[in-house]
Amino acid sequence: MILTHEHKELYRTVKKFVEDELNPHVAEWEKEGIWPAHEVLKKMGNLGLLGISKPEAYGGMGLDYSYEVVFAQALGNCTCGGIPMGIGVQTDMATPALARFGSDELKKEYLAPAIAGDMVVSIAVSEAGAGSDVASLKTTARKEGGDYVINGSKMWITNGTQSDWACMLVNTSEGKVHANKSLIVVPMDAKGIDRKTKLDKLGMRGSDTAMIFLDEVRVPQRNLIGTEGMGFMYQMMQFQEERLFGAASGIDGLTNLINETIEYTRQRQAFGQSLLDNQYVHFRLAELKTEVEALKALVYQTTEEYVAGRDASMLASMCKLKAGRVGREVTDSLLQFWGGQGYMWDNNISRAYRDTRLISIGGGADEIMLGIISKLMGILPSKRKHEAKKAS
Amino acid sequence: MKVLVSVKRVVDYNVRIQIKPDGSGVVTDGVKHSMNPFDEIAMEEAVRLKEKGKVTEIIAVTLGGAKGEETLRTALAFGADRAIHVKEEGEIQPLTAARALAAIFKKEGAQILFTGKQAIDDDANQTAQMTAALLDLPQATFASKVELDGTKAQVTREIDAGLETLEVDLPAVISADLRLNEPRYLKLPDIMKAKKKTIEAVSFADLGVEAAASLKTIKTTPPPTRSKGVMVKTVDELVSALKAKGLV
Ligand SMILES: Cc1cc2nc3c(=O)[nH]c(=O)nc-3n(C[C@H](O)[C@H](O)[C@H](O)COP(=O)(O)OP(=O)(O)OC[C@H]3O[C@@H](n4cnc5c(N)ncnc54)[C@H](O)[C@@H]3O)c2cc1C
Repeated sequence: MILTHEHKELYRTVKKFVEDELNPHVAEWEKEGIWPAHEVLKKMGNLGLLGISKPEAYGGMGLDYSYEVVFAQALGNCTCGGIPMGIGVQTDMATPALARFGSDELKKEYLAPAIAGDMVVSIAVSEAGAGSDVASLKTTARKEGGDYVINGSKMWITNGTQSDWACMLVNTSEGKVHANKSLIVVPMDAKGIDRKTKLDKLGMRGSDTAMIFLDEVRVPQRNLIGTEGMGFMYQMMQFQEERLFGAASGIDGLTNLINETIEYTRQRQAFGQSLLDNQYVHFRLAELKTEVEALKALVYQTTEEYVAGRDASMLASMCKLKAGRVGREVTDSLLQFWGGQGYMWDNNISRAYRDTRLISIGGGADEIMLGIISKLMGILPSKRKHEAKKAS
Repeated sequence: MKVLVSVKRVVDYNVRIQIKPDGSGVVTDGVKHSMNPFDEIAMEEAVRLKEKGKVTEIIAVTLGGAKGEETLRTALAFGADRAIHVKEEGEIQPLTAARALAAIFKKEGAQILFTGKQAIDDDANQTAQMTAALLDLPQATFASKVELDGTKAQVTREIDAGLETLEVDLPAVISADLRLNEPRYLKLPDIMKAKKKTIEAVSFADLGVEAAASLKTIKTTPPPTRSKGVMVKTVDELVSALKAKGLV
């Protein structure tokens, strides 16, 4: 991936924004369990950062996805994972399907304000009984008059206690589980929505995560994104951006933590020398740095493929898998080198240790990524083979 | 009112400076560069004056090699209307820079030259003053506040004794100090728009400027490393330690 002057300027703006406007508040927001999404996103909207690869007609910049990846990477300078995640939901997880398949009217009403930073957005796919197995979700939307009437619940919804609308995956008919689903824009102030429950989490504490109940919630049928029954497909496409974004936003935070750990172990003395002078310590740090650079290379390669319009689903799944694994390995080893200090609650390293744990779970667990990669490698046993075996 | 802003490409302030093994200078190859921070402040001031309607056109100028174009693009993203690149490889001494800036200033018929008070690479702090001298114009250096009023500028400057306010007739040369303003975040739309603005390339020959060679770098050395300090427990101990060293 070639980084132009414009990519570098974008990186600089975002990094500066993160350092001046986010990092000074991280400790406070983590304590409160929520970030001021409206305030932060409005500021980012003013800088033109929320619609980087979105169409210009709705206030976006119409740039290719490499700029979005640089944006995600720069957000990684945030000293917590929760805020970049909340921002990423807005830019790359909840809005790509609307931008790609939504009607002009729907985009004017919901995409344009999301890009301007006037509306905060959630992606509502998971349910208490359907996380990895998205197709088995139970929330329904039946047609009545000009409306959809939605019943069910959604679980672990990022930005969910404060978002203005959610891109929600629901069953709009009976029948085959991959062909009965639709994505619908659901205004979160609609009657019948209960989203009071803010979930208490191991990490990502500055990001609010909601449990949402929907009881006879009426939404106009024109809030349907694209074609009815295509929701599952649209969501699988939307997951690609989510995964690439998630992986890209992990890189620079890990690099910063390695650098902090180098400084810490250089200063700290034990047995008459600095911790860093132990070969075990500096070799390990060299190893971890190598892992992070390899992750970056993979993210850049995937971005290139994606920008060139080639199918990047295998690579995007690899990015997500690798980001989760590298994130866990790096933060675990670094925490070890910080010793008792690392085990304390309020510091960058223990926060990262808790936050990065999510990467291997959210947006498709590691095992789901392995399933996708296996399938695309042609080594996943097919259902038919299973059935044939059973029959014989 | 037309204003000129000089912007210099320097090693980024976050970079840990390394000296070349032969002592001929500092390592610049493969090192992150950015716009001199004081020039960013000068640029920001010009843009604010334009936003207030006091300035009509901002021209950014840089001197140096091909990479200087990036610095000009940054200036254009800030809000410069167009840019001039005095494209010359190799060392450019303050007097040379001053000659080139003076030539462009005259040619453009500008009313103000904004510069940073110094560039963080050589910290020479000479270009603004020399340019004013060559142009025979008033100068107001180390500005911490600038107000334009028709044909005059009121400039508050930071001096050792406090703040001093000067009134200078325009045209004039003004150099920016740290507290003049806080440069804005560059907006992504502005970063992209800057790509389309024009950069005119000129040479010393075009400007009729002769490169000065009045300075010669003899040796570059790193600052001496600080020797280990001593911890004192009480004020009395501190005072006697200072007395013992003959410092008080
Ligand atoms: C902080 C946070 C924020 C979130 N934000 C959102 C959001 O904004 N929107 C949203 O829709 N969802 C969100 N989620 C939900 C998240 O996407 C799901 O938790 C995730 O997809 C996993 O689903 P699950 O929790 O139901 O795990 P399960 O499906 O119960 O899986 C549990 C574990 O079983 C294993 N497993 C599952 N399937 C397989 C398999 N086929 N083969 C082998 N092993 C397997 C994996 O190890 C997996 O981790 C969020 C979750 C968290 C924790």
